[in-house]
Amino acid sequence: MSSAPSTIPGGSAAAGKKQRIRAGRERSNWPATIVLIVCTLSVLVPLYVTTSMAFKTTGQAVDGNAFSLPSPLTFDSFVQAWTLTNFPRGFAISVFVSVTAVAGEIIVSALAAYAIVRNWDRRLFRWSFFYLLAAMFIPFPVVALPQIQLTGLAGLDNPLGVAILHIVFALAFNTMLFTAFLRSIPLELEESMRIDGAGTWQVFWKLIFPLLAPMSATVGIFAFIASWNDFMMPSLIISDPELQTIPVLQKIFQTQFSNSYNVAFASYLMAMAPAIVVYLFTQRWVMSGLTQGAVK
Amino acid sequence: MSSTTKPSPRAVVTAPAAVRAARARKSRIDPLYYFFLFPSLVIFTLAVTLPAILGFVYSFTNSVGFGDFDFIGIRNFIAVFQDEGVLSAYGFTLAFALVTVIVVNAVAFFLALGLTSRVRFRAALRTVFVIPMVISGIVIAFVFQYLFSNSLPLLGQGMGIEPLATSILANPELAWLAIVFVTAWQSIPSAMLIYIAGLLTVPAEVYEASSIDGATPWHNLRHITLPLVAGYAVINMVLGFKNYLNAYDIIVGLTDGGPGVATRSVAMSIFRGFEGGDYAYQMANAVIFFLISIVIALIQLRFTRGKGGIAA
Repeated sequence: MSSAPSTIPGGSAAAGKKQRIRAGRERSNWPATIVLIVCTLSVLVPLYVTTSMAFKTTGQAVDGNAFSLPSPLTFDSFVQAWTLTNFPRGFAISVFVSVTAVAGEIIVSALAAYAIVRNWDRRLFRWSFFYLLAAMFIPFPVVALPQIQLTGLAGLDNPLGVAILHIVFALAFNTMLFTAFLRSIPLELEESMRIDGAGTWQVFWKLIFPLLAPMSATVGIFAFIASWNDFMMPSLIISDPELQTIPVLQKIFQTQFSNSYNVAFASYLMAMAPAIVVYLFTQRWVMSGLTQGAVK
Repeated sequence: MSSTTKPSPRAVVTAPAAVRAARARKSRIDPLYYFFLFPSLVIFTLAVTLPAILGFVYSFTNSVGFGDFDFIGIRNFIAVFQDEGVLSAYGFTLAFALVTVIVVNAVAFFLALGLTSRVRFRAALRTVFVIPMVISGIVIAFVFQYLFSNSLPLLGQGMGIEPLATSILANPELAWLAIVFVTAWQSIPSAMLIYIAGLLTVPAEVYEASSIDGATPWHNLRHITLPLVAGYAVINMVLGFKNYLNAYDIIVGLTDGGPGVATRSVAMSIFRGFEGGDYAYQMANAVIFFLISIVIALIQLRFTRGKGGIAA
């Protein structure tokens, strides 16, 4: 495909000045654009159904037509979902698990990665690195049964235990990300700070940790998405149903209130919304983070 | 890093001066580094290593999860291999993982191809395509469960398509397709982003040069794009396969393993060990599952090295 600027007409649409400049550089591929727009329906239709169902009355929701617009529009289902799932409590617990997982994953992995990178010539640190990496090959289901037992014995069959397990299972990947990033930070920066009398503690918190910020943002966002959305761990580890996280609470619409579709979808929508909102505000890091993780 | 120039520890032993130097360096370590490292070692050991060892030991016993138990050798393992329920869970999980990996990579690659071509609204399109990644698996599975069991049959009846007229989730032959669909729906974005990163590393000059030589778009795809993103495809397949082997949330939301046990995954069968009292038995199952995951990972790593050689 040639892209010589002079031979390309100014695009098919009305040619504003800005558009002509852009069209000069690259002609838009409209067929591909249209195909992709049609493809977005596969993402948007389920979200549309969730939203429109949530605003329907129970009477309209049971007619089985998921694609109709709500008429009349009502907020009742949100009120009911709010009380049925005890949303404020579930929300607080989910926030607690997510915040603990985010802070824990960033701090624990960054500290370990820093210690490992700066002491790579010491056997203990080098072996620790490979020991932690081994976790990548141990999926949760393999160790789940003894874990359920042990968390019960340790009094951690609660949201805190779930947050700790999130930190542990992300440890290998996060430590790998942080070590890769730390190796690219020149030692000279740190040495000049040490000559000025700073100890390891200050060097880490005042110099290294701020430099790690972009990587911490990535680790933090993925920690949030994973822990906010997870069903497997909380459903198995948290023994008290009163302390369950938001995704697990959604199960009541399968067992008890199975005909209140509008209430169920209102509840689903409230469960999805926080992660979608966080994503929309942080998508730069979500996208760059994923590729960094994969390539390194 | 200095580690590349440092003599190996074995060599150091024979050289007294180097030993002293090494000792001097060792003594200079700030104890704070241990304090930095130990939290991760401690929680990892308590939360993964200890349960893994316990599980391994339990797999040779007749424990029901509490109380007394005896060691019964490898009887659990033999029983697992004769248990049709477990074997069908392995069959389902492996087949599901394989099909999903193929579907996800094919769709993700073409979406990435589209999003890196000269399309309009590129940023907005990408934003939309990534959304499924950030939605809870169980919640979206509940949404699709409604669509598959209520809306799709209505549509099928309306259009007179016989196989769609009843819920595919209630059909033991077809329910797995719904699980592949929803899993793919959720996993395509991450694979797509990795492919986009891969496609962006291909310099535009390469395509210009080939078009001067008269290459068609198909030739470009076949002989330039595909070989250059092969490494990214391997990353996607390794990461994806590992996730799909542990499939749980979406299956719980869609079919809960049913109809019957048609879509019960290995993870689901292991977790049943806590309800059914066959604790030690399911630990043996977990050990086997672990070994299978390791073998698959090693095969994939081998494959990666081979592919890397071709791509380079």
